[in-house]
This record gives sequence, C-alpha cells and structure tokens, in this order.
Amino acid sequence: MSAAEDAVRAANTRNAWALVTPALILLTFAASGPLLIVLVYSFLTPGQYGNVEWIFSLDAWIGILFTKDIFDETYKLADAHLTIFWRSVKLSFLTTVITFAIGFPTAWFIATRPPRSRALWLFLITIPFWTNLLIRTFAINEVIRNEGLLNTFLIWLGVIERPIQIVYTDVAVLIGMAYVYLPLMVLPLFAAIDRFDMRLLEAGYDLYASRWRVLRRVILPIVKPGIVAGSILVFVPSLGAYVTPRVLGGGKNMMIGNFIELQFGQARNWPLGAALSMTLLMIVMVALLFYVRAASKGSNPHG
Amino acid sequence: MNDIAVEARNAVKTFGQGDHAVRALDDVSVTIRKGEFFTLLGPSGCGKTTLLRLIAGFEMPTGGQILLDGADITDLPPNKRPVNTVFQSYALFPHLTVAENVGFGLEMLNRPKAEVRQTTERMLALVKLEALAGRKTSQLSGGQQQRVALARALAPQPKVLLLDEPLSALDLKLRKEMQTELKRLQHETGITFIFVTHDQEEALTMSDRIGVMSAGKIQQIGSPRDIYTRPVNRFVASFIGESNFLPATIVQGAARLGSGHSLAVEGLTPVDEGRKVTLAVRPEQVRLTAEDEADTIRATVRDLVYFGTDTHCHLMLSDGEEVVARLQSPASGDAGLSEGQIVGLRLAPGAVQVLGD
Repeated sequence: MSAAEDAVRAANTRNAWALVTPALILLTFAASGPLLIVLVYSFLTPGQYGNVEWIFSLDAWIGILFTKDIFDETYKLADAHLTIFWRSVKLSFLTTVITFAIGFPTAWFIATRPPRSRALWLFLITIPFWTNLLIRTFAINEVIRNEGLLNTFLIWLGVIERPIQIVYTDVAVLIGMAYVYLPLMVLPLFAAIDRFDMRLLEAGYDLYASRWRVLRRVILPIVKPGIVAGSILVFVPSLGAYVTPRVLGGGKNMMIGNFIELQFGQARNWPLGAALSMTLLMIVMVALLFYVRAASKGSNPHG
Repeated sequence: MNDIAVEARNAVKTFGQGDHAVRALDDVSVTIRKGEFFTLLGPSGCGKTTLLRLIAGFEMPTGGQILLDGADITDLPPNKRPVNTVFQSYALFPHLTVAENVGFGLEMLNRPKAEVRQTTERMLALVKLEALAGRKTSQLSGGQQQRVALARALAPQPKVLLLDEPLSALDLKLRKEMQTELKRLQHETGITFIFVTHDQEEALTMSDRIGVMSAGKIQQIGSPRDIYTRPVNRFVASFIGESNFLPATIVQGAARLGSGHSLAVEGLTPVDEGRKVTLAVRPEQVRLTAEDEADTIRATVRDLVYFGTDTHCHLMLSDGEEVVARLQSPASGDAGLSEGQIVGLRLAPGAVQVLGD
C-alpha cells in the first residue's frame, strides 16, 4: 500500500460521488421529497378551506377504513371506501388479464413478421401514445356511448332494439383502460418474443408436444420476463388510473385515483388524500412483491 | 419388406411460387434400412436437410410420400411421428435443466413419472453426463450440449433418429470424439440413424450407406467403399475425395486417351463403342515408373507439393491433360523426383472408372 495508491483510490471515490450526484439530486427532489411531504401531510389535520393545519392527527389513517358516526362518535367500517379499493384492484387485475390476452397474440404476430414490416407494426402500436390521454378516452366514449358508433351500428344491424348501457359501468372503464394500456403490454412482450429462438418450437413438436403444450411448456416459461414486465407496466398505472374511470365510469364507478382527487378537491381533506395516496403506494408494492415472487417460483416447475 | 425403416417415394419439395419457385427436392426416392447408419451427403443447398425435415414432419412434401415402417406418415404432424431430431443448433430448452431436457419427450408422451426419471438417468449415463443432470443447459460447453441434444432425442426411443449436421458447430478434436461416440450410441441402441452432413470424411468413416445428393436429386446410394471406388458420375467422383478426370473415347473395348494410349477399363458393353467418356482416377491409384517401361503413359513432372504423409505430383500428359499422383512420402521426405523430369505413368485396370454423364 503506497500513498499514491491511496490517493488514486480517494480520487476514484470522489469521482464516483461526483458522477452519481445528479441522480441523487433528482431522486431527492423528484421522488423521495414529494413522497415525504405526502407522508407528513397524512399525519396532520385538514384545514377548513383545503391545505393542512400543523396539528398531529391519526384521523386520516383511521378514515381510510373507518367512518366516525356524527352522532355517537363510534367508528364503523367504511363500506364505500372498501368498495372503491376492491373495484380498483379488480379492474386493474382484469385490465392486466385482458391486455395480456390481446397483447400476446399481437406481440407474437409482430415478432414473427419480416424485420422490415416489424418496425411498421411497432410504430402502429405506439401511435395512440401520440394523442393526449383525455382525447383518447373521449374517443372511446364516443364509440361506446348510447348514441355512439357501436350502439348505432348494432341497432342498424337489428341485433338490438335499444342501446346497450356500456358507458358509466365497470365494463366501460375496463374497455377504456385495456385500450389505453395495451401498448405497455405489447412492447415488453414483443421484446421477449423477439429474443425467443423459434427453433425451440420445432424441438418441442419433435418431442411429441402438442401446440398447446409447446405454448405452455416452452414459449410461456421462456418469455415470462416479458409477461412479468408487461403485467407490472399495466397493473400499476391501472391501479392509479384517474382520467379513464372519471370519463367512462361516471361519478359512481370511482377508482382510488378519483377518490384521492375528491379529497384534495371538493372534500377538502388533504390528510385523507395523502393517507390514501400512501395506501395506494403500499398496495402497489405488496402486489409487486407477490407477483415477482410468484413469477420467479413458477419458472422452475419441478423445483 | 420388413427391414425398411424409412422410405421416401418420389418426394418433391418446392419453396416459393411461380417464377421464384425453388425445387429443393426433385423426385427423390430412397429406402433406409432398419438399424442402419445412413448418411445424406452433399454440398449446402443440395436438399439433404429438406429431405430430413420431410421425414421429421417439419415440412410437408409438395409431392410424393414418406413412409415409416411401411405406413404412410406424409400427413402426420411432427409430434405424431415416432421420429426424433438432433438439431444443428441443438435447440435445447434454456429454461429447463439437463435432466428436464432429456425427460421432455417422455413427459409429453405422458409416461409415468418413475419411467421418465429412470429413462432420463439411463440416457444421461449413456452420454456420460450423469454429473450434470441438474445444470441449466446454458452452463454447458458445446460438446456437452451436443450430448444433451443426443440424449434428449434418444430418450423416447424413436424408430429413427435424424441428425442435422450435429457436429458442424464443434471443433475438430471434439468432432472426432463425437463421431466415435455417435457410432457407439448407434450400436448400443440399435436405432436407425439418418445423418446429414456436407463433410465427406465424416460420411465415409461413420456410415453404413451414403446417399450423395446434389441439386435436389440423389446422385448415388451405396456403401462408403462403393461410393469412393465406383462413383457413378463426375459430381460424386469430385465431391467425395479427389479425382483426376481424363477425356477418352471407347475404341475396341478400351478407353483411348487423347495422347493415344489405350487403357483397359471394366464394365463396358458393345454399345459403348465409339462413345466419348470421362475417366476418373483417384490420385493415390496413379503409379509412377521409369519412362521407358512397357505399358506406361509418358508424362512430365510439372510440380511437386509436399503434404507431410504424402507428396502430390502434378503431371502433364503429351496431349496437355493434367494428372495428379499422390505418392507416399518416403522416410527421407524426398520423393526422388524433380520438375521437368519425364516419367512413366501406370493406371491399374480396376483404378479407372468410366463415368456416366
């Protein structure tokens, strides 16, 4: 150990810190900082016209699951809140399943095209991203509303006599979210399928596997990283979706995102909104944990 | 006939359509016997792999039939054919262990778990990979992957094992090892092997019979010895080993060279009289003697190339035709010849083949 070596090492350490500083600053101000503010706000008392008063209170956290009866001051389970949580998780899960069911064949189709047309197909998949989310959602609304394209067409065909009520139901929210998040499923699936060695299909067929078993025993296990990535990319934003349930679900079919907005808006209960945001974050983290663990376990069926 | 494992009847395969159609297989008929090590040999693009893929079921023939044990399997998908393939790329399943790869076929055949395990162990022992049963295939060397691919294809005890240039990705030393290994496996299992290669040495050393292919057609089928010593045409004679080609005319039951010399040849019929033919002579069958000896053809030494075990002597006949003689190098390394020297050239009657067109 010479002094020179020590000096070099010290310089390296200094350089390393200097290089990660931008990332650290960004993380502090863009991620950890705001999160910390939300966390602190969730333990304060709501101000009369919004904002917060700096008085410590657990009411917001209790308010997530319970409501205080105005008359006898007892706590009751907040059914409405639980319904919203349950609907959010259910719709997000179904959105993930639907986007996978549509996205997998789509990604497979694109990945098996000749390289030149592949770029075009991928480009087509990403086109909806170029349009504002709100406009896309209203476009869906235009298709499925009672006087919209779909109902008019079905009535014209004579399949139905009266328009089907789709808009302002959970189904409408599902259709909207599946449409909005489909590219997020297709792209990682495409990346995984693109890397898949198609010669393995022949090996599977050669070893007496039917088409279904080749899919289940060869293709799906190998492209699983893409399935995991796509599912996470769809499930997480679905859970916090705001615009889609607002426009297509109407006032009744709220999801967590709308509920949080309600607290910061009309309800003027910022601490409850903050506590709900933290809850959403925790649900996402728990869901991810379960999913990633289940996915890595599943990769070795005999293990 | 009961001893036929696989038969292709007038198999035709065209790729593409209209003007761009390529005829990969052009009316190929071949029978492969049970328990035989049969090699399809030819340059790339000759249709040998296409024929193998027709037998495996990965391609459907445009015309003709494929029979297995006398039954028509032309329309059966690959997973319904008791035939397994060792792929050129091995195509091992990367998400499975070595043992799971080997057991895959049996599992897909819904064999009981105990049987799958036992057979897998037996197969791993057969290819000497017991110690690596639990490894992922990506952790194996090329030679080991090759063995896994073999064990995987042999485990379901197929009626025919198809091998698509399985040794081409290995280095020379490993390739030699695997050649011996393959022969041993074929002996021990008694399974019919159909082996595709473009390597003539591989084909000669391993096969019971060889089918030489070119331009979508089978050129000749025979034992390695037959193919080497009695090639039927110029393609076979030049693709397998080296040959000297000499133009000649049949005159009075003998082949007359441009230089005026007559060579006794076998297998001529009276209708051949006057026909222009090509003679093929292997370089190692060319003997050199003193120029004034009787019954020899005079030739001039043009060039001597030393190859270690032997020396190639390039000779020119009086009519300008070139002949290469492969002479065993003497202990001193000096063949005792020099450029420009006139020598006598002798060709034994059995060494000269009259080729068809």
